[in-house]
Amino acid sequence: MEVFVQQLINGITLGSIYGLIAIGYTMVFGIIGMVNFAHGDVFMVSSFIALIALLILTTWLGMASVALALLIVLIVAMVFTSLVNWVIERVAYRPLRGSFRLAPLISAIGMSIFLSNFVQVTQGPRNKSVPPLLQDVIVIMEGNGYDVTISYRQLIIWSITAVLLAAFWYLVSKTSLGRAQRACEQDQKMAALVGVDVDRTISITFVIGAALAAVAGTMYLMYYGVVNFSDGFVPGIKAFTAAVLGGIGSLPGAVIGGILIGLIETMWSAYFSIDYKDVAAFSILAITLIFLPQGLLGRPEVEKV
Amino acid sequence: MAVAAPDTALPHTAARANLAHALKDAAITALISFALLLPLIGFKTVQNMRNELELETRIPLLLAIVAIITAARLFGSLVIEPWRERRALRPHAEDARLTALKTTFANWFTPFAMGFVLVYPLIIMVFFPQGALKWIDNFGIQILIYIMLGWGLNIVVGLAGLLDLGYVAFYAVGSYAYALLAKEFGLSFWILLPLAGILSAFWGVLLGFPVLRLRGDYLAIVTLAFGEIIRLILINWVSFTGGYAGVSGIPRPTLFGIPFNATEQGFAATFGLEFNPIHRTLFLYYVILALGLVTAYVTIRLRQLPVGRAWEALREDEIACRSLGINTTNTKLTAFAMGAMFAGFAGSFFAARQGFISPESFTFLESATILSIVVLGGMGSMIGVAVAAVVMIGGTEIMRELDFLKYIFGNDFDPTQYRMLIFGFAMVLIMIWKPRGLVGTREPSAFYKERRTILGSHVKEGHG
Repeated sequence: MEVFVQQLINGITLGSIYGLIAIGYTMVFGIIGMVNFAHGDVFMVSSFIALIALLILTTWLGMASVALALLIVLIVAMVFTSLVNWVIERVAYRPLRGSFRLAPLISAIGMSIFLSNFVQVTQGPRNKSVPPLLQDVIVIMEGNGYDVTISYRQLIIWSITAVLLAAFWYLVSKTSLGRAQRACEQDQKMAALVGVDVDRTISITFVIGAALAAVAGTMYLMYYGVVNFSDGFVPGIKAFTAAVLGGIGSLPGAVIGGILIGLIETMWSAYFSIDYKDVAAFSILAITLIFLPQGLLGRPEVEKV
Repeated sequence: MAVAAPDTALPHTAARANLAHALKDAAITALISFALLLPLIGFKTVQNMRNELELETRIPLLLAIVAIITAARLFGSLVIEPWRERRALRPHAEDARLTALKTTFANWFTPFAMGFVLVYPLIIMVFFPQGALKWIDNFGIQILIYIMLGWGLNIVVGLAGLLDLGYVAFYAVGSYAYALLAKEFGLSFWILLPLAGILSAFWGVLLGFPVLRLRGDYLAIVTLAFGEIIRLILINWVSFTGGYAGVSGIPRPTLFGIPFNATEQGFAATFGLEFNPIHRTLFLYYVILALGLVTAYVTIRLRQLPVGRAWEALREDEIACRSLGINTTNTKLTAFAMGAMFAGFAGSFFAARQGFISPESFTFLESATILSIVVLGGMGSMIGVAVAAVVMIGGTEIMRELDFLKYIFGNDFDPTQYRMLIFGFAMVLIMIWKPRGLVGTREPSAFYKERRTILGSHVKEGHG
């Protein structure tokens, strides 16, 4: 029982990170119908930006307050990662809009290879680790020999995820920007005709996706304390799995899918085999797509002639 | 973007407006690229003696790169844009001689390329005897393996239009099939080659079956997941596959039972030659060349058969296919099986050539590379795939040989580490430059040469 509760806590934490990345996938797929393959690497880049910002604050400026430092790191990472994704969209995807179906996908794969190798070349191939932050834990259940704990880090991750999701939900459902986004999702030509700036809306979608990926990247760095140039691929695929599981194009779906994937991964590691945890995630991806292509909350796609 | 002023305006003011516009554009570019590159190029994280991370700054490098980008942007908007606009205004009548030249080139390219690959090892041996082994092995054999893989995937992606991002799984199945069967049962390469092909084709059907209903990007992602699952199983099933350590000491192929070694029974001794490791390399070169040609021949023949026509029809329109009574299930499965079979051949050749295989060789990056070769070459075009393989694989292999750059950038400069960086960037650039590939997409083999009106006598009333 204690193990189960502990894994539940860990799973939800991991799932929050996946969910935040998954939103980037789901929004981009919803609006331009492409799998943004480089999104996982954008997440990895954001983690590196957070790492550098953290080092500047702690080693150069000697900032003592961890909470303030984290807040600044989070904002810096969001701003710079948004810029990165904005430029990627301008350079690699926009010229291919309306082009042949596979072209944006290949361009995105190229971008993904480019980003991970760019980080390898500029920052070196080794693991980068930071001293652990916020080690304190709260014991919430005393078992015999096994205490269930929840750490401050996990609490921070949960609360940041919840706050951001609420803000994001408001943005998409209540503001004119969100309306423009949903309009572009349905019919770009029609949206343009009624005065929606389609290019700008798509750019903003990429920026929002990157900002949320940056939050995930910062929290990933804080949670694991280590980051590597190749860390984008597997979390990226798992987040995509989350987006598919929740129903691609659906925002609450992405978060629910993320938490489910996080839970499945931690439970699988605890009860079955840690070696095959990625196999479990990939199998879920395949099974979902085969048996439930519209996902949990997605709308079924109608095939038209 | 520089907007050309209308021709009616005074040329002087127009030029000045253009310049001002270009300068403003360049300034914005400089600002954006500075902010973009500041975190990752401006700072470098390094480990100090106590294993803690420290920061170093690289401001001169950052400024140099920003300056280069800005200059390129300025050059683009001041020189290239006006040139392109002028060219666009010129009438498009193409020179008859140029067209004739292009046709001649197109006609002679294939025979010339075939002749060249046939004599390539001999040319290398005559002109570069020192590095011959490396040039035949790293360039010749390496590129030919990718051409063969590209042609195999071309059946699935280019002809049948099924986007497969896990193609490397079949390559891995072929490799491990050869490696394990040859080691455990001592069977020869020539028996195991078809067996590996059949096994891979079987896996192609097995993995193809559940994904029949999917298409487009969804299919790509599921095949990617399958590819990763197979790689993870290869890593984790240590008792069967050796895990990360892989399989080593794989028997090398023989020429009808004559091994390529320095013993009495070896190739050199049998034919009274002096032993030279290049004999095996030459043998392997011609084996993979023959395998590649078989792939090409089979593909070209299949395109003429009903199944090939069905693949192309499926690529063009699945619903129309179904309504015409084409069995889409079988059509898709045969495409998967054929593509996987050629990957299996290539895989067993790869294992035999390396003598050592590990899951490292079968990462997603390989699948992405092969797919990019197919798409960059122009889907469905055999020549295009070959050209793209030479450009992408040859290009990245050449990067290993650029040691002279060390004299320019200093001894710390290691060109090989930029290999994949440039590879990824080249993929993006080629896609933007030519989204339909270097050579262009192959049109369906069977189609009407002209539009026809259907006469009333063809469709009698009541007969559809």
